[in-house]
Amino acid sequence: MEESAGQNSHYFLDSLLIDKLISALRGLGYSVIGPVVREDTIVYDEIESASQLPVGVKDKQGPGYYRLEKRGDEAFFGFVVGPFSWKKFLYPPRVKLLTVAKNGEVSIHNVDEGKKMAFLGVRACELAAISIFDRVMLGGPYVDPVYSAMRRNIFIIAVNCTEPGENCFCLSTGTGPEVSSGYDISLTEVVSDDAHYFVAKVGSSRGKSLLEHIGARGATSEEISEAAVRMERSHTLFRKKLDTDGLKDLLYKNLESPVYEEIAEKCLACANCTLVCPTCFCTTVEEVTGLSGDAAERWRRWDSCFNIDFSYIHGGPIRSSILSRYRQWFTHKFATWVDQFGVMGCVGCGRCITWCPVGIDVTEVAAKIRQREVEVSAT
Amino acid sequence: MTEQSLGVATGLETFKIEWCRVVGRVKETPDTYTIRVRPRRRGEIAFEPGQFNMIYAYGVGEVPISISGALPTEGMLEYTVRGVGPVTRAIASARIGSRLGLRGPFGRGWPLREAEGQDIIIVGGGIGLAPLRPAIQYIINNRGKYGKFYILYGARTPADLLYKGDLRVWRGRLDIQLLVTVDRGDEKWRGYVGVVTTLFKYIRLEPNSTYAFVCGPEIMMKFTVQELRNQGLPDERIFISMERNMKCGVGLCWRCQFGPVFVCKDGPVFSLSEISNFFERREM
Repeated sequence: MEESAGQNSHYFLDSLLIDKLISALRGLGYSVIGPVVREDTIVYDEIESASQLPVGVKDKQGPGYYRLEKRGDEAFFGFVVGPFSWKKFLYPPRVKLLTVAKNGEVSIHNVDEGKKMAFLGVRACELAAISIFDRVMLGGPYVDPVYSAMRRNIFIIAVNCTEPGENCFCLSTGTGPEVSSGYDISLTEVVSDDAHYFVAKVGSSRGKSLLEHIGARGATSEEISEAAVRMERSHTLFRKKLDTDGLKDLLYKNLESPVYEEIAEKCLACANCTLVCPTCFCTTVEEVTGLSGDAAERWRRWDSCFNIDFSYIHGGPIRSSILSRYRQWFTHKFATWVDQFGVMGCVGCGRCITWCPVGIDVTEVAAKIRQREVEVSAT
Repeated sequence: MTEQSLGVATGLETFKIEWCRVVGRVKETPDTYTIRVRPRRRGEIAFEPGQFNMIYAYGVGEVPISISGALPTEGMLEYTVRGVGPVTRAIASARIGSRLGLRGPFGRGWPLREAEGQDIIIVGGGIGLAPLRPAIQYIINNRGKYGKFYILYGARTPADLLYKGDLRVWRGRLDIQLLVTVDRGDEKWRGYVGVVTTLFKYIRLEPNSTYAFVCGPEIMMKFTVQELRNQGLPDERIFISMERNMKCGVGLCWRCQFGPVFVCKDGPVFSLSEISNFFERREM
């Protein structure tokens, strides 16, 4: 992070200033991307003003359950995370890599170099996911050229979660509910009967200059403490927990756990969990030819370890059973990822629980595997 | 965000293919061919035994194929391909004079340097002999650097044996102990019959000074590993070449996970000690 004199300074923003913030970023050449309601779901898309935000909306979530409801207030960020994550913008679902002409000419597709994007409303778990992507895609020895280009000019306005959702467990994974680093500005929303404002914290020098540019004043100590009280309260509102203590070794020791058989009976191998996961990164490359046959294009596309083709080698898939595919995904998130990249691949956002059509809950799967091991060692 | 901390983009050049010409093809078995190609530039034939290339067939796709031989003075590389899917069928049937795309070579090969001064046992099953063949060639070319040299090779039937010319040459050398077996013989077959692991009863390895290089179907490697362990070899000196689905070859598509490792960039050759918790399990 860039160091600056007033890095820890706090500013006061009202709803009008949020609108001004969006305009100012657009004036600087950024596409501002934030939460919007589409088809009864909160997704991320380009916005031009604060009026497009899901004002007064909350998302009720459960295993395999997602509904939007009215909050009864005018909160701008009174919901948690929907099916989209920022990976859609940093690691696009489809990218053209090459065009190969029949005469042998090979042309490399140009990556949209350094498109300026401002992400508004990035949650702590999502910042953690971006920092995982930074490790995975930029950590070498090979750097992902697409991610690297898309990541270059990103301005991040994070939002602290004052009300965790039903499926959130970032407190357990140590990735939330408040953001700690990797942002330019963070916001804590304060909504009460007689007030609605945001306490902005500076995370970079360009964040500070933007706040000053829009004329935000310093926050008073009362305003700062109002925000702090809400974050303290947030910690007490979590309903889901994941016991991460020794989780990697537990899963390595229990690769043949009977719990996977139970899960495999429910799991549809639909790949929803991998598509909504903010850290899932596997891709395929497809050969696309037109009817004329004059050229072939090679496209990279998101793929999922739940697809049967994913593990295909000469004549058949390695992981033909759903059990083996669920185990691959689950142990990757919570165990092998740690050996590969030094951190867990789960940020506790709960998306895989919400968007699983049969409501499989990773925190329950982990707890059951632990419980079974205890039973086995007790007998 | 400071831009320096975000690494340097390599560009999509990583995915760019380089053309090579098919200059020869040998029918090894009814569905397996050894394709000989000449890359445009001489420098492109440098590789380590055990490494692979991504090979591209126009309009069909790209797959990882181990390098199965090289003719350095002629600037040629060889790949032994069994046509089982659309891409491997296109490569196996590529006509002389046609073009194939190449990327690589990629991956970590056999630990030939580390194994200097030691006995070597090579165990191949079926087409698994292909990535071992450059290692065998290297050891023959540097025969003085290694101790005893065993080659154990098994195939389904006599017709499925690869590199019949090489097998004759290897059999003729007094400094190689070559044992070949088939699962089912035919009327002309006078050699061993049985799976490759049955050959272990004819050899006695020196457990403290032997390196084993193994490649074949996973079930064959699993039972071979048991035989090697029975003869006292530690997991650290048993090396196997793994295979998983790959789309990039350079650690960017992430498909080739095998437990904690990625086959393309951490392997394809692993010591058993690196992957033992995952190796003997089904569907990993």
